[in-house]
Amino acid sequence: MKFGIVKFPGSNSDEDAFLAVEEVLGQEGVWLWHKDHDLRGADVIILPGGFSYGDYLRAGAIARFSPIMREVVAHADRGGPVIGICNGFQIACEAGLLPGALLRNQSLQFVSELCRVRVDNTETRFTNEYTPGQILRLPIAHGEGRYVADDATLDRLEQNGQVVFRYVNATGEVDPAHDPNGSSRGIAGIVNDRGNVLGLMPHPERAAESVVGSADGVPLFESVLAHVGV
Amino acid sequence: MSRYRVAVHIVPRRGLLDPQGKAVADALHSLGFAGVRDVRVGRHLVIDADAPEAQSAERVVRDMCAKLLANPVTEDFEIAHVEQA
Repeated sequence: MKFGIVKFPGSNSDEDAFLAVEEVLGQEGVWLWHKDHDLRGADVIILPGGFSYGDYLRAGAIARFSPIMREVVAHADRGGPVIGICNGFQIACEAGLLPGALLRNQSLQFVSELCRVRVDNTETRFTNEYTPGQILRLPIAHGEGRYVADDATLDRLEQNGQVVFRYVNATGEVDPAHDPNGSSRGIAGIVNDRGNVLGLMPHPERAAESVVGSADGVPLFESVLAHVGV
Repeated sequence: MSRYRVAVHIVPRRGLLDPQGKAVADALHSLGFAGVRDVRVGRHLVIDADAPEAQSAERVVRDMCAKLLANPVTEDFEIAHVEQA
């Protein structure tokens, strides 16, 4: 399976994603430059973390108008899988691939830590290799990760099972003290209503080998393979 | 065609938590500005653009706000000022 990893000016988790795809998953990775006009045959698109275009204006606001994003949106419209990680999640929201927005952390501080994330829906193409309610250790590193949407949207996301990941405490409960950025309802990751676009603030690609502290991100990528029988 | 200077305010939507505004409000309180009730921190953009008349310059900037400058999920915008540049 071919994973296309987009490089925007200011991306910084692109290499980690590439490494996870090629060395951990044993799949093929292809680089997609932000000025490219085609996806080079990629089956799955990863919008990586970083600070595309310096986060000018709003995180992700300018990246969404990159030439490559027109192709990424068309790929998503065809039902193709897209994974937006951290800045990639922000870009996906700005591009209208996912509802809501990501705002400045409630603490006003950049947070960089290993946090606990609960898998709330294992019926997606991105989470089928996890067990329901499984608690993952995943790193986060962001200044603007507070997920917001209006109440009607949040209700709809919950009713449809689109809330895939939530920040939780050691006993697996959502709790404001363990919500690292003040996200609405502890939301760390969501899918769109068709289930082919995932956005999450934690970094599964930086939790791909136990030597770096956690390999809990690997099943996310394996789920994508399992979904199509690779 | 004339050149117009259009200023636009973009602020976090009311009702959404604006932690930056809250931090500023807290700092103002600690300086003794006891009357401060709410602060929202936003952006102020000044755009010079060519347009046939002031109204169309304003209309174009509104379109810019809707498409890029403001996020409709979280921000409100208002045209603060239009003048011939």
